[in-house]
Amino acid sequence: MYPILVKEDLAPVTKLMIIETPEVARKAKAGQFVIVRDCEEGERIPLTIADFDGQAGTVTIIFQEVGKSTMHLGRLRAGDSLCTFTGPLGRPSEIEEYGTVLCVGGGVGIAPIFPIARALREAGNRVISVIGARNKDLLFWEEKMRSVSDELIVCTDDGSYGRKALVTVPMKEVLEQRNDVSRIWAIGPAIMMKFCSLTAKPFDVPIIVSLNSIMVDGTGMCGACRVEVGGRTRFVCVDGPEFDGREVDWDQLLARQRIYLPEEKLAREKFEQECCKGH
Amino acid sequence: MPETTKPDTKKPKPGDIPRQEMPRQPPEVRRTNFDEVALGLTMELAQREAARCLQCKKPSCISGCPVEVRIPEFIHALSEGNMPEAVRLLKDKNNLPAICGRVCPQETQCEAECVLGKKFEPVAIGRLERFVADWELAQGVKVPEPAPPTGKRVAVVGAGPAGLTCAADLARCGHQVTIFESLHAPGGVLMYGIPEFRLPKRIVQAEVDYVKSLGVDIRLDSVVGKLYTLDELLGEQGYDAVFLGTGAGLPLFMRIPGENFNGVYSANEFLTRVNLMKAYRFPEYDTPVKVGRRVAVIGGGNVAMDSARSALRLGWQRALAEGSEPPEVTIVYRRSRAELPARLEEVENAEEEGVEFRLLTNPVEIYGDEQGWVRGMRCIRMELGEPDESGRRRPVPVAGSDFDMEVDVVIVAIGTSPNPLVFTEAGGLERTRWGTVVADEQTGRTTREGVWAGGDIVTGAATVISAMGAGKRAAADIHRYLSSAF
Ligand SMILES: Cc1cc2nc3c(=O)[nH]c(=O)nc-3n(C[C@H](O)[C@H](O)[C@H](O)COP(=O)(O)OP(=O)(O)OC[C@H]3O[C@@H](n4cnc5c(N)ncnc54)[C@H](O)[C@@H]3O)c2cc1C
Ligand SMILES: Cc1cc2nc3c(=O)[nH]c(=O)nc-3n(C[C@H](O)[C@H](O)[C@H](O)COP(=O)(O)OP(=O)(O)OC[C@H]3O[C@@H](n4cnc5c(N)ncnc54)[C@H](O)[C@@H]3O)c2cc1C
Ligand code: SF4
Ligand code: SF4
Ligand code: FES
Repeated sequence: MYPILVKEDLAPVTKLMIIETPEVARKAKAGQFVIVRDCEEGERIPLTIADFDGQAGTVTIIFQEVGKSTMHLGRLRAGDSLCTFTGPLGRPSEIEEYGTVLCVGGGVGIAPIFPIARALREAGNRVISVIGARNKDLLFWEEKMRSVSDELIVCTDDGSYGRKALVTVPMKEVLEQRNDVSRIWAIGPAIMMKFCSLTAKPFDVPIIVSLNSIMVDGTGMCGACRVEVGGRTRFVCVDGPEFDGREVDWDQLLARQRIYLPEEKLAREKFEQECCKGH
Repeated sequence: MPETTKPDTKKPKPGDIPRQEMPRQPPEVRRTNFDEVALGLTMELAQREAARCLQCKKPSCISGCPVEVRIPEFIHALSEGNMPEAVRLLKDKNNLPAICGRVCPQETQCEAECVLGKKFEPVAIGRLERFVADWELAQGVKVPEPAPPTGKRVAVVGAGPAGLTCAADLARCGHQVTIFESLHAPGGVLMYGIPEFRLPKRIVQAEVDYVKSLGVDIRLDSVVGKLYTLDELLGEQGYDAVFLGTGAGLPLFMRIPGENFNGVYSANEFLTRVNLMKAYRFPEYDTPVKVGRRVAVIGGGNVAMDSARSALRLGWQRALAEGSEPPEVTIVYRRSRAELPARLEEVENAEEEGVEFRLLTNPVEIYGDEQGWVRGMRCIRMELGEPDESGRRRPVPVAGSDFDMEVDVVIVAIGTSPNPLVFTEAGGLERTRWGTVVADEQTGRTTREGVWAGGDIVTGAATVISAMGAGKRAAADIHRYLSSAF
């Protein structure tokens, strides 16, 4: 059992949890993920490590309630426990001194971009960050991101806070204005990562994305997470989750994320009905 | 004690009594549920079967069993009605009889060597084994007194049959054993691969509970290679020995075009969703699985049969619930029926349930639609040519024989290889070009001091009983090592 020490609502559908898990915290690195399950009937949900503290023995996860499993997870409170917390999975981000780097976080992707930006800064890089969300309510961790960035650009799709723009717009401007950006990280919804990759392409800068394919075990055992990268089938959970976005077959990833759409809808409707009945 | 009947005639001649059939759910019923197919023998049937055994002086059956179960002795105790003694004799060599009695390929092992089989049908050793083991489970398993603590600590990686057996034997010797298992449930393939209808999960759980009752600590959610590495287990974590029993869990694909379309599964993914995650009870359980109308399963082993029969059950359940058309499930295998590696019993079960077989057929391409969903599969017919290195006749494609099959789910069951995660920071371990670990067959010793390995990680995908045997032999050697090394 893995106790939830802190639970916070970052936005109406975005939740933060700090989990007591000394063994995982000891080993966690930026860019890795965990798999959680909140009850016996539950799915194995992959979530990126948003923060970790080896000394305190804690790992922070941030998730958006998008379907039955994440909604169910979101109802747990501090003092409750998770029944599965497996990790740290996947390869860590390759942190080196690159010079100037650009970190782009969209929506819930702000969470995983934070430890990467922090590690890059600690490695001596000049970190320029762009964070964005659909609207002001969905934005979080602005101050945390500011504390690890040399420059921070904040935007919202609807202009309710910061610049009114999609993250690709300031991203392109930065790349046009300065020619010293040697690496980009972009994390967010698949569609955002796809467009960030397209934006980066003409500038010939490597762009690292963190793929969120559907997973089961997260250890290379099932192949659910497979996607073509550079013309080869890769397993996101063990070969990734980070890849060069310019090589990812985005349409395949997007299609594979839709496999269970009808089933997810059914599960969600059933869950919402039962909630209304006061379970 | 249940009532027992002694055979009333003096000594029936061999062949007088026919081999006793085990009652099974009828095919039309069982294809619509996930309950166990074979229902087990009654005491009366079991004793009638036990009476067929000739109690050979030199029992050839034993040489067919990888762990040399004391077959005539346990059968004798059973026919005498002395069940506790039958249990004791059986478990002397086999830690997991309720499992082996169900899934061992008996027809090619113990029963293949039974002398009765020369003229008549062999003694149904597997069924009797299952009967005795189930009797014990129903009574409540007795926990043996462990030896006094030795103060030695052993880490076992993987809670499959190899790891569980090794851990149990070491714990009984008084060593402190910790199992590290990457999934959220122990059992390995017994839990995530073999379906409920062939091996009920309560049986696996009972065996796991037994191992725990010996004092073994099972640490779930612990991926070795990630949470701890082998170097750490032997270093800062201070284990005196490590046993690697991580199996062969990496799925192989065919490397043909279209394998990443939605609806194409590895057998591992399909079976894990259905068995471990209980997708057959979706939405009560959260994990979904695609239920196909026309399902093709590629391969001819146990894994393919299990996948096909699971897909068939899912399809029938949906057809009954929705009043829609029943499913069509087809096994596509490149050799002929004689070469099917699956157990004969399971091939027959699959056929009775309505699984179709397209033998001497190989897929060459999978087609999909605009949305990325699998729609069809192009196959080519094969014929058997010259024998290959394995001695089996090599299938060769017949030019111009391609044809298309309409499918909406494809399950690839063409084999697995060891998962390399466990080899992160694990220097000094020699491996073969197939990714398996080099280990001594008798002792399980690897090329690294203090590290043993056994089961599918050494042999590649094999059998439950061979994995168990390897776990047992390694435990004996680890015990020798720990008793002498310090
Ligand atoms: C390596 C990795 C890291 C991730 N990190 C985070 C994170 O830090 N925070 C976060 O909020 N989410 C993260 N995700 C996505 C998260 O796992 C899914 O949102 C979650 O599993 C959805 O489950 P559900 O039952 O609530 O929704 P469902 O009803 O299953 O799905 C709702 C929507 O989410 C999509 N989806 C379903 N399962 C997944 C999945 N496993 N991955 C991606 N999309 C999925 C579906 O296509 C659908 O559009 C990550 C995914 C991966 C693979
Ligand atoms: C669908 C299917 C049907 C089968 N049917 C039969 C049958 O009828 N009869 C028969 O005799 N055999 C059958 N087999 C084969 C048999 O199940 C295997 O040979 C046997 O389970 C191998 O045992 P093992 O202990 O070596 O490995 P496994 O059973 O594979 O167990 C390995 C365990 O190690 C864990 N693990 C892996 N990597 C790590 C890691 N890095 N850290 C921690 N834990 C890890 C895994 O999660 C797993 O629990 C079947 C196999 C399958 C897949
Ligand atoms: S363990 Fe398997 S091979 Fe050995 S006697 Fe039992 S059923 Fe036969
Ligand atoms: S070979 Fe057959 S008949 Fe002889 S002891 Fe073994 S099971 Fe009995
Ligand atoms: S999630 Fe199963 S192989 Fe990646």
